Amino acid sequence: MRWLISVASLLALAALASVGGCGEPQFSDAEKKTIASLALNTLPSLKPDTTNQYADLPAAAALGSTLFFDGGMSRDGTVSCSTCHKIDRQFQDDLPQAVGVGHTNRRTMPLAGVARNPWFFWDGRRDSLWAQALTPLENPLEQAGNRAAFAHYIKKRFGERYERIFGLLPDLSAVPANASPLGSDAEKAAWNAMPTGQQEDVNRVFANIGKAIAAFERSIEPEQTRFDRFAIDLATGAAPQGDAAFSPEEVFGLKLFIGKANCVTCHNGPRFTDNSFHNTAVPPIDGLPPDRGRVDAVAQVEADPFNCLGKFRDGDESACRELRFMVKDGPQMMRAYKTPSLRGAASRPPYMHAGQFATLEEVVAHYSKAPPSMEGVSEVHSLDLSERERAALVAFLKTLSD
Amino acid sequence: MGLASIWRYILAGLGLAALLVGIVTAVYLTLPQPAPGPDLSRSKKTANGLFVASFEPERGVVRQGELQSWLLTLKTAAGAPVEGAAITVSGGMPQHDHGLPTSPQATDYLGQGRYRIDGVKFTMSGWWQLRFAVSAAAGSDSVVFNIVL
Repeated sequence: MRWLISVASLLALAALASVGGCGEPQFSDAEKKTIASLALNTLPSLKPDTTNQYADLPAAAALGSTLFFDGGMSRDGTVSCSTCHKIDRQFQDDLPQAVGVGHTNRRTMPLAGVARNPWFFWDGRRDSLWAQALTPLENPLEQAGNRAAFAHYIKKRFGERYERIFGLLPDLSAVPANASPLGSDAEKAAWNAMPTGQQEDVNRVFANIGKAIAAFERSIEPEQTRFDRFAIDLATGAAPQGDAAFSPEEVFGLKLFIGKANCVTCHNGPRFTDNSFHNTAVPPIDGLPPDRGRVDAVAQVEADPFNCLGKFRDGDESACRELRFMVKDGPQMMRAYKTPSLRGAASRPPYMHAGQFATLEEVVAHYSKAPPSMEGVSEVHSLDLSERERAALVAFLKTLSD
Repeated sequence: MGLASIWRYILAGLGLAALLVGIVTAVYLTLPQPAPGPDLSRSKKTANGLFVASFEPERGVVRQGELQSWLLTLKTAAGAPVEGAAITVSGGMPQHDHGLPTSPQATDYLGQGRYRIDGVKFTMSGWWQLRFAVSAAAGSDSVVFNIVL
């Protein structure tokens, strides 16, 4: 009978221990649910882009890839998309602000999962991947070209490939060598002198350049990380093996990320972004032109002839709901910038829309302190994280890069 | 083994059980109690009682981060469908001090007092509010729905 007492005592002790917290599970059910929602295996398959009928055409993606890496797609023949979107650097350039033909005022964005964005650029001034791809081509600080010159260049270099995908090229013999509604005074004058039909022909070729580049960019997707392996094991109840096992500091950082530090409020879903715009009081940089973020982008995307409601869209208008139901005004748009994905972030400093912060430690310190915004109102509230907590958050963020 | 010793074991067991119950109760009482949440009903009277409004996602489920359409159904207090209503939509997250990430609009009238509210998107989890200002033949009134993700 003595053994019965021993068993009863052991059972009682085990019960006490579990109530007292020694055997407490690492994550609550709510935490597990949130962690599962961040894992890459919950990323749905890429939806078709009905506004670009060539989006999933291999020949279009192949031409787009050629154009993406082609320095000929610029005014001086040296700058391509890949100058800033470097293939071996997560399609970004490690610089605080991108440098093309000139020095820009914004940080180059990485491209993993880019085709899933509802809005493009830090301020969302374009509403489709193909409309986005056209913008640097004519930005005087980036590729600095003009659409008439691009149309001529495509005909000369890639005419046959173009026509196999998009049909016959228009007659460009009467189109000036350089002309664009956005170019220099001379280019604008040349554009304005063109008959409407000719302008439309050039715009059509230009739009197709964007559609080919977008078809290529759709293949750039986020890759599985240590965090994803950890999350899958957590969800299935398997003991994480090898590098999928998190250190106590990484577990603590993850708990803070989805809890006290509120990071997951905006950095949510398998891409760690809500695809929305927020003022988080990131300071402006002296010497750069005034930058008000989303508040100025609304008029730009509405005026863009290549936006979803414009005539170069394929498919029907039902694809344009983001643009149709876009917020057009309100104080929350001042100095609001897009929530970037955090996948791979640890290995691509500097951070924020103009590379304001050199390290993740600086980023976390900024959110912990939550200073007021220079202009507009910050949505971030002070967290007063301890040094240990800030370090744990950084340790967790690194698991999204390994 | 006598009867007395069996009673000893039963008593010991009971004592342990009582101790456990006590500890569990103590832990439970010291846990933070959830604050009473906002009213989550999907059907309610408008502020001044002019209409009864119901608000449901058109496809039944709410998905975070997706543009969705919802249905706003308006009836008079007597239960008759409200036709030809002018509806404006506003809202936001009361705890975050910001508005909606999109501008939802009443896009279609579907009959029987049902209006399609398209362009609704909840970009984060938490407490959201959608406020409808309704103008119809019976007068103007408003209603607020709380949605917690």
